[in-house]
Amino acid sequence: MTELLEIRDLTVQFESDAGEIEAVDHINLTIRRGEVVGLVGESGSGKSVTSFAILRLIRRPGRVKSGTISFNGVDLASLSEEDMRQVRGAKIAMISQSPRTALNPVIPVGRQISRLFQLHAGLSAEKAEKRMLEMLALVRIPDPEKRARQYAHQLSGGMCQRVMIAMALATSPQLLLADEPTTGLDVSIAARILDLLRELGARTGAAILFITHDMGVVAEICDRVVVMHAGQVVESAPVRTLFNHPAHPYTRALVRSIPRIDRDVTMEPIPGSVPSLLSPPPGCRYVERCDWASERCRLSRPPLTEVAPDHLVACYGYEERRGAC
Amino acid sequence: MSILPIETPAAPISEPPSLVWRRIRRNPLSFTALCVIIAIAFMALFAPLVAPYSPDATDAGSALQSVSWQHWLGTDLYGRDQLSRIIYAARVDLSVAFAATAAAVAVGALLGAVVGYRGGWVDNVAMRAVDAVMAFPAFVLAMGITAAMGNSTGNVAIAISITQIPAYLRLIRGEMLRVREMEYADAARTVGNPAWRIVLVHLLPNCLPPLIVQATLAMGFALLTMASLSFIGLGIQPPQSEWGVMTAEGASHIVTGEWWLFLFPGLAIMITVLAFNLVGDGLRDFLDPRMRGIR
Amino acid sequence: MGFLNYLVRRLALVLPTLFGVSLICFFLTYMLPGNPAMVKAGPFATAEHLAEMEHQMGLDRSVPEQYVRYVTGMLHGDLGESSATGRPVSQDFIQRLPATLELNLAALLIAIAIGIPLGVLSAVHRDTFIDHIGRVVGITGVAMPSFWTGLLFVYVFFYLLNVAPPPLGRLGSGITPPVHITGLYVVDSLMTGNWIALRSSLHQLMLPAATLGFSVMAPVARMVRSTMLEILESDYIKAAWAAGLPRRTVIYGDALRNAMIPVITILGIVFGFLMAGNAVVESVFAWPGIGNYAVTALMTKDSGPIQSFVLFVAVMYVAVNLLVDLAYGLADPRIRLR
Repeated sequence: MTELLEIRDLTVQFESDAGEIEAVDHINLTIRRGEVVGLVGESGSGKSVTSFAILRLIRRPGRVKSGTISFNGVDLASLSEEDMRQVRGAKIAMISQSPRTALNPVIPVGRQISRLFQLHAGLSAEKAEKRMLEMLALVRIPDPEKRARQYAHQLSGGMCQRVMIAMALATSPQLLLADEPTTGLDVSIAARILDLLRELGARTGAAILFITHDMGVVAEICDRVVVMHAGQVVESAPVRTLFNHPAHPYTRALVRSIPRIDRDVTMEPIPGSVPSLLSPPPGCRYVERCDWASERCRLSRPPLTEVAPDHLVACYGYEERRGAC
Repeated sequence: MSILPIETPAAPISEPPSLVWRRIRRNPLSFTALCVIIAIAFMALFAPLVAPYSPDATDAGSALQSVSWQHWLGTDLYGRDQLSRIIYAARVDLSVAFAATAAAVAVGALLGAVVGYRGGWVDNVAMRAVDAVMAFPAFVLAMGITAAMGNSTGNVAIAISITQIPAYLRLIRGEMLRVREMEYADAARTVGNPAWRIVLVHLLPNCLPPLIVQATLAMGFALLTMASLSFIGLGIQPPQSEWGVMTAEGASHIVTGEWWLFLFPGLAIMITVLAFNLVGDGLRDFLDPRMRGIR
Repeated sequence: MGFLNYLVRRLALVLPTLFGVSLICFFLTYMLPGNPAMVKAGPFATAEHLAEMEHQMGLDRSVPEQYVRYVTGMLHGDLGESSATGRPVSQDFIQRLPATLELNLAALLIAIAIGIPLGVLSAVHRDTFIDHIGRVVGITGVAMPSFWTGLLFVYVFFYLLNVAPPPLGRLGSGITPPVHITGLYVVDSLMTGNWIALRSSLHQLMLPAATLGFSVMAPVARMVRSTMLEILESDYIKAAWAAGLPRRTVIYGDALRNAMIPVITILGIVFGFLMAGNAVVESVFAWPGIGNYAVTALMTKDSGPIQSFVLFVAVMYVAVNLLVDLAYGLADPRIRLR
């Protein structure tokens, strides 16, 4: 059975005044039906770019330099623009950060949802309105009729995010790209949004690509985790394995950086910062920040290898030290 | 309102010359425009050497001749060579535009600095005054002032200058307010920086880029205003040659088909204003990419 | 409630500005060199006659008193008299106002009808050929003096191509104006079914409106372009693409609706440009409006009309900007519903 989403060897470049930036470097990523995959990394690691690439929305000054993205076995690049447009929003939907700015300020929020029903499901205006109100109730927005007529600025941040989720799930997509959906929300509200997402995901059977930099959230909601650093995938593992047996030095550092209640741990920031993507080193991009760095790491890129069932790591240092962990 | 003082460099960050040159090269249009302006200024300055004829030399025999090898831009009703007249007129146009803009910058900046520094009721009154002046479309105000003061080159310059002062006043005042706020937050305030030091070290480097850009663009506008004023009979009068006056003189000849009389002086205006605008735009990109916004 | 708040605040700001405007106009009329009494009395006036005239005009009173006289006179519609027509300026103004209004409205329509699509296309096809053409047109348009554009149009369309009438006013020779309802010939002839007058008035309106419209088109196009560009980069437009909305809806629906709101603000500035260009364009085309009135008065050293023109334009400008602000407040739901 083919996976829901398969990304192979994807590279995305951006043109800037100073030169070409390689935002995403030959990454591989797989998402199975119904699973919640977390995509983690610092800002600038290429996570959002990846999600836009999946939707084939990389525009000038960016471009997809290489790689294939297959959805249900179909190469998305082979689709016409019209066909791709029908995939967007209907089969693959996106929720972005900053929910309030992602809503059109001059259109009532209800309309922004109901028109998707008209567009993708071909419903009439009345039926679309009905379904829209159902969706609002589903995402637990109180007094949906009143809220549907309001504008984005009249809703709280949490409510805006619920509206976004309603918009995204309106047509029961198979894959939901959630780009930092809880960033900028109150902790308690964020927790509720997470619950909502998890529940709706389970109910509709949609797979979720959960993009975040927050390891705590990952532990909560994800089945599997993919770790990115400076545009490269460095590790991919089921969530428990990742937290209990992190392999890649970067993952280890990320896991170590989570504050814990149950033991005394000093906050350990990860040394250095994401390298400039303008003229990236030919090898592993973590090389300047890594304790295990060797000459080989600098010169050639470690391939993503399976070190345990479903556990992939791209690190020479780990391979050498395996067994000693 | 931030509590932390905003970091401003005491002097503009210097760039390696190679990067500077690269940025100049990226805007060939503006660079060309700059050359055009220099050429026009040169022509105006050395008019007696550049112009083929004397601008007042009448020659009844060659009156109303179209473009020809002897008279590249034709002749007027009195046989005067248009090209020479246009070259000499450049002196008037450029000098008034420059004088008006320079005066506006000087007065506006000075007032803005004083007003911004004093604050309080002085500031309030000044801002209301600025609002009142800016409630007039600039050209209309210039019309009123010139009509009231009487027709002369100097009065036109003064009138245009007055309409431009508010913009610079606001600009400098804004900067001054920002700097003052910084100073209050700065612990060094206890040492008591004298006003002139504030101006030199903090104010100028930040104001200079937008000021230069604004002034360059304003030159073009000043030129347009002046030409329009003299076209409708305010300010500069015939027989003094000035591009607007010449265009007005040429207007009555359109119906008899002597197109060169109105076309070339107007073209001169357009080219000069266009050049100023392009240079201004180029300067804006060059001096402060952050100011650029959306191009 | 939010809107009412907005309205009151804007009104409060306007009053000191109007006060300042009246001060400036007063200053221009009375304080600058030149004795208005001398102008009015004429060059042959004797010293007593002059003194008498000065007394009559209140020039021997103190400055604040003169100011009060000025303002009260103004509020009663007394703008002095024109030495050329011998009539009160306000009367001449009212008679000539419809002509200016018609010209300005037509020019505004042209500027919007061309400027907005130009700006949208420029933004949507950013950095392509279309965009470059649009920007070139914009930047040269701004550099062209309006009187020159007008003369150019007259030369090309009247003299060379003969499709436009001679620039001699609002109607062709021998054609009588339509029944006066609004004073706008095009509107009036439409309303009374006067096809001859309609045709002629449109024909005469063509070139001056095109000239004035062309001169204010550039700022509209530029603003539409930069607003659209900003909006096309916004989060909600990216979300709209991601939701699979068709291109037409995203650009001409979602984006444009947001873009039009800031564009409202520029209409006030456009009006200012229009009034500024009035005097010049009306004199090129001998258009019998208030701009032309002010300009022709200059030739007879009659300063009354021009100062009244200046005052009128300033007050109108303030009023229009206020209206524009209010319209903006109504149009933007973020302000309206707070």
